[in-house]
Amino acid sequence: MIDYSFPGLFNYWVVFLLMMIGFYIVIVHENLIKKIVGLNVFQVSVFILYISMAKIKGGTAPILADGIEVYSNPLPHVLILTAIVVGVATTALGLALVVRIQESFGTIEDNEIRDIEERQE
Amino acid sequence: MNIEIVTSDLLNIATLIFLAVIGIAIARIRNLFAVVMLSGIYSLMGASLYVILDAVDVAFTEAAVGAGASTVLMIGTLALTSSREKAATSPANAIKGLIICTLLGAALIYGSLDMPLYGDPSAPIHHHIVPRYLNDSMAEIAVPNVVTSVLAGYRGFDTMGETFVIFTAAIGVITLIGRKRRRRKTSKDDGGHDS
Amino acid sequence: MMQHKMILRVVSKLLIPFILLFGLYVQWHGDFGPGGGFQAGVIFASAFVLYGLIYGLGSLRTVLPSWVTRLFLSLGVLIYSGVGVVCMLMGAKFLDYYVLSSTEHGGQHLGIMLVEIGVGMTVFAGIVTIFCAFAGRAAADMYQGDGDQEESNS
Repeated sequence: MIDYSFPGLFNYWVVFLLMMIGFYIVIVHENLIKKIVGLNVFQVSVFILYISMAKIKGGTAPILADGIEVYSNPLPHVLILTAIVVGVATTALGLALVVRIQESFGTIEDNEIRDIEERQE
Repeated sequence: MNIEIVTSDLLNIATLIFLAVIGIAIARIRNLFAVVMLSGIYSLMGASLYVILDAVDVAFTEAAVGAGASTVLMIGTLALTSSREKAATSPANAIKGLIICTLLGAALIYGSLDMPLYGDPSAPIHHHIVPRYLNDSMAEIAVPNVVTSVLAGYRGFDTMGETFVIFTAAIGVITLIGRKRRRRKTSKDDGGHDS
Repeated sequence: MMQHKMILRVVSKLLIPFILLFGLYVQWHGDFGPGGGFQAGVIFASAFVLYGLIYGLGSLRTVLPSWVTRLFLSLGVLIYSGVGVVCMLMGAKFLDYYVLSSTEHGGQHLGIMLVEIGVGMTVFAGIVTIFCAFAGRAAADMYQGDGDQEESNS
């Protein structure tokens, strides 16, 4: 008999910790590259949430073969697979915006950009 | 109790703790080069976790994309900007952020208390449409890798949208930074953006 | 400056063919094991990114001119949606592959293969394009950075 109470909800709790670390970086840090890294941290935590839900104890990867009865759930894998590639595409777009901000403001610190904009007005 | 299951659970917990440690390090370190390298390591750790959780396709993608491609792009951005995070944020802001994050995290943990336990086959997520994919896809599509058959077959429309997103993002990057840069002289002429 | 990276140049020259081969393996083997268009595209692109990092953007652009990557970028999307339209023209629903071949399984295999090729092409071209955009900016910065400094000094 398999005991399901051992890691129990531990995966989800670590996911929430990572989520909050990412969120903290995004709202508190001023540097734009750091904010994008924070978004990445958040993003990976969401992926882990989905993949943890898909796992079945004693199951294997969802590649059909003879003699195996229990497979983990393939549907979250599909959703996250595409989300990862889209994630890097949007990260690249964000980084491109950071490069343009650096070129026109000479800084990528959020507070300094705000100061420059206020001075213009 | 099955030794394989216990081993995979312990590996799962160890990897998660590693991830949490790396996450905290990312939040605390101010040298952006170190932060970018740590975020690559974080992705690679995530990929190892996906292997433990049976998501081999996802692990493959994360190792190639998250740890490889996005680290290269971030280092490229660092080359164009600065690799040092300037002033630390004001302590007042940090405390406010910490309070918000703690409250939100507590709310999320409270919400997780009635979620299905990890690895439980009776969880609702395993009973809606997935049995059909697992039982019938061999007869309907005859592709052993269920992830591929769902990705390109059952949910092909979805994947088409994702491909279009990548296409659009690449076009966006070309429009933003792909063209030759204007000379400084002309940027002076076109009306004091900088001053 | 480039001549000093002897080890990197030799090792990368050895590695790149194998990376390309592995990318193709992942592309065609996605039905039976882990892999598929998304992963294959990134692996294939990483070979070219490695080449660009070691030998410089100019050499990469000689091997892979920008019109080629732009063509691949749109061709991949076109192949994917084209398969859907062909399915419609042959009397089935959009992206309903079973009409593509005489047997139902053959049609599904063909459809999935074509679609994965489309995904692989777009992802490959997308990553290479994005890398070249960033690297091109950095190179322009380096050349212009010197000029800018002289200007601001004077």
